[in-house]
Amino acid sequence: MSEKTMALKFPIYMDYHATTPVDPRVIEAMLPYFNAKFGNAASRSHSYGWTAEEAVSIARERVAALIGAKNPKEIVFTSGATESDNLAIKGVAEFYKDKGNHIITTKIEHKAVLDTCKRLEKEGYEVTYLDVGADGLVDVDAVKRAITDKTILVSVMLANNEVGTVQPIAEIGKVTRERGILLHSDAVQGIGKVPFDVEAFNVDLASITAHKMYGPKGVGALYVRRSKPRVRLTAQMDGGGHEFGMRSGTLNVPGIVGFGAAAEIMRTEGADEVKRVQKLRDRLLTTLEKNLDAIQVNGHREKRLPHNLNVSFSFVEGEALLMAIKDVACSSGSACTSASLEPSYVLHSMGIGDDLAHSSIRFGLGRWTTEEEVDYVADLVTKKVQKLRDMSPLYEMHKEGIDLNSVQWAAH
Amino acid sequence: MAYSEKVIDHYENPRNVGTLDKEDESVGTGLVGAPACGDVMRLQIKVNDDGVIQDAKFKTFGCGSAIASSSLATEWLKGKTVDEADTIKNSMIAEELNLPPVKIHCSVLAEDAIKSAIADFRAKQAAKREK
Repeated sequence: MSEKTMALKFPIYMDYHATTPVDPRVIEAMLPYFNAKFGNAASRSHSYGWTAEEAVSIARERVAALIGAKNPKEIVFTSGATESDNLAIKGVAEFYKDKGNHIITTKIEHKAVLDTCKRLEKEGYEVTYLDVGADGLVDVDAVKRAITDKTILVSVMLANNEVGTVQPIAEIGKVTRERGILLHSDAVQGIGKVPFDVEAFNVDLASITAHKMYGPKGVGALYVRRSKPRVRLTAQMDGGGHEFGMRSGTLNVPGIVGFGAAAEIMRTEGADEVKRVQKLRDRLLTTLEKNLDAIQVNGHREKRLPHNLNVSFSFVEGEALLMAIKDVACSSGSACTSASLEPSYVLHSMGIGDDLAHSSIRFGLGRWTTEEEVDYVADLVTKKVQKLRDMSPLYEMHKEGIDLNSVQWAAH
Repeated sequence: MAYSEKVIDHYENPRNVGTLDKEDESVGTGLVGAPACGDVMRLQIKVNDDGVIQDAKFKTFGCGSAIASSSLATEWLKGKTVDEADTIKNSMIAEELNLPPVKIHCSVLAEDAIKSAIADFRAKQAAKREK
């Protein structure tokens, strides 16, 4: 009721994959740790240090509980998921180099995984980048087939940040556990939105970050399994031996406290939130599909993040559409790659043609998205797509029945 | 990306969007670019008996700068003779719209579209003379 009467605030935020606002309850929890409780969690000789350490250990328990980790000591706090991905992959590669030099990952991983793997290739490691299907799914059999006696690590994301496809991590985990190979998952986008349990899924390493789940930026974690098997890592940051020797550096206590608070909220309220947000996402899609012809959902229809919608509006260029819907904050790809004009490598890997890739928009809904906002956005997008199509020679040709693939285009 | 005011103006109020009869002998049509590259421009001119462009229309699939480049091109074409139109350069379009370096290709495409429409018109005229 109050939702309906609230005035819309522009631009409407629909880029929750890029980042999320910090929940006010999280800010509240963090505040004392900036001044009143400012201690260094590594200070053992006074109460300032003990207070900070106590707060960090509560946060560690909360983050562990969110992902089903049995032992809070399996949570290593980092500066974010990019660092977690780097630490997991480089740390394992370095520690286990006598065992093997082969890593398996996919073509649609986040750049933090892909570029880390590329660096390792330069250092003599071998990396297999698995293809994905048209729906963005990784084939478990392809993982099986790619395994050699040199394979030390498989790294597959829980859910894709652009198209939202959720990967069969539990099934991959069965394979890797059976073969005695470590499994890492960049779980950033899926945590709290789709089931994820490191025990049930046989995941050995998992990267997560606070700012995608209503916590602060600059704090993340790497889950590192401690038993069956005990995963060992070579630290990538040397120093005071913090975080069980795996990540030196004074702990970001306010950030970690915020991460813990965000994890606790997600653990207790996530299920209800998912239901609400998914309904809104479905409403957005239903309206767009009702209003417009020639639109295509990118990614798997069912096995996808509940808050993600990635759509190609054929015959309309994505950047022009974003400019037309500047009242909406969304993106034509991931924030990490939108500085380039190249179409998304994720869509490309899924076999989506460059023409459709150029026409794709990613909507990410979240905790504060309202029905009123969804209706406004659906209406605006409809009008602007229609306007741009009236201006598009391709739409005119399509309406005349010309097969655009049969035209000899002069590539430039 | 920040767009210049002129790009935004042309993008929000595009001039001369539309279609001319491409079978008409007095109409020249240029279709350049490729969907896979993210830009396709179709530019058409209608030339009167004095060799003056009396109408110009465009349709563009592309970013805001591509739409603005082609919209501006149609504005400039109207009232010019075909020979005058042939002297329009991409640099003039880029300068007028303050295009950033990453968007220069949009003005290049607009020049290509003009050249292509003129070539089509001239080919039609030559064919007519031969008849």
